[in-house]
Amino acid sequence: MPPSTKPTRRKVLVQGTAALAFLTARPAFAEPEDMEKAILDFTGGVAVTPGKVKIEVAPLVENGNSVTLGVRVESPMTTAYHVKTIALFNEKNPQPQIARFHLGPRAGRAAVETRIRLATTQHLTAIARLSDGSLWSDTVEVIVTIAACTED
Amino acid sequence: MASALIDAPKTAKRGEIITLRALVSHQMETGYRREISGAVIPRLIIHTFTCHYDGEEIFRADLFPAMAANPLIAFTTVATRSEPLVFRWLDDAGVAITETVQLVVTA
Repeated sequence: MPPSTKPTRRKVLVQGTAALAFLTARPAFAEPEDMEKAILDFTGGVAVTPGKVKIEVAPLVENGNSVTLGVRVESPMTTAYHVKTIALFNEKNPQPQIARFHLGPRAGRAAVETRIRLATTQHLTAIARLSDGSLWSDTVEVIVTIAACTED
Repeated sequence: MASALIDAPKTAKRGEIITLRALVSHQMETGYRREISGAVIPRLIIHTFTCHYDGEEIFRADLFPAMAANPLIAFTTVATRSEPLVFRWLDDAGVAITETVQLVVTA
């Protein structure tokens, strides 16, 4: 029998430690860097300016399973100049994306309301892409006392 | 199984901005929860929502597991003609839910 297949105590220890490291290294929640990456995917590297966008959400929520959230963008919503897409991102849910809303001049107003899940206290970012290609954003922090996503 | 509820005005003046609220019953299983046995409960969410009115798609949403169960989406549109508003949800299992409401537009 070749010695390499023999499960020596040293090997078991090394492999066990490696497996444990692998398990613990996998985050239960996404990291803020994941949000940055998701935002970069959306913006394609175009600069994002804070402003025009307003996230409306309670600063403190009891239940992260259903958080009412509104996004408004200052825009005349004309054929020539309107909001095309509003993307919502979170920092610490298992996945950084929440939703993307595609609208146009026929919306009349750039205002969307929905309900989302929040795994923990974290920042939320909304980015609006306008018809001229410019990107605008707003970021808020929401404190969550009962988490969602990973619990039953 | 799933049922949809639309909150929209029955009538509107031409050019008026109306708010449409679309609610659908769906568990929006995130794919991150586990059974007691430890097995991951597979993801099953509505990933796309659309609204068609007066000849074109006026609103679309791409959704992710961070959307709450029984998703509610509220948005606006300009009343243009007396036409149906057609709402459509599509989930990971390929199930489509469609709901239509008629809008009467007055001059």
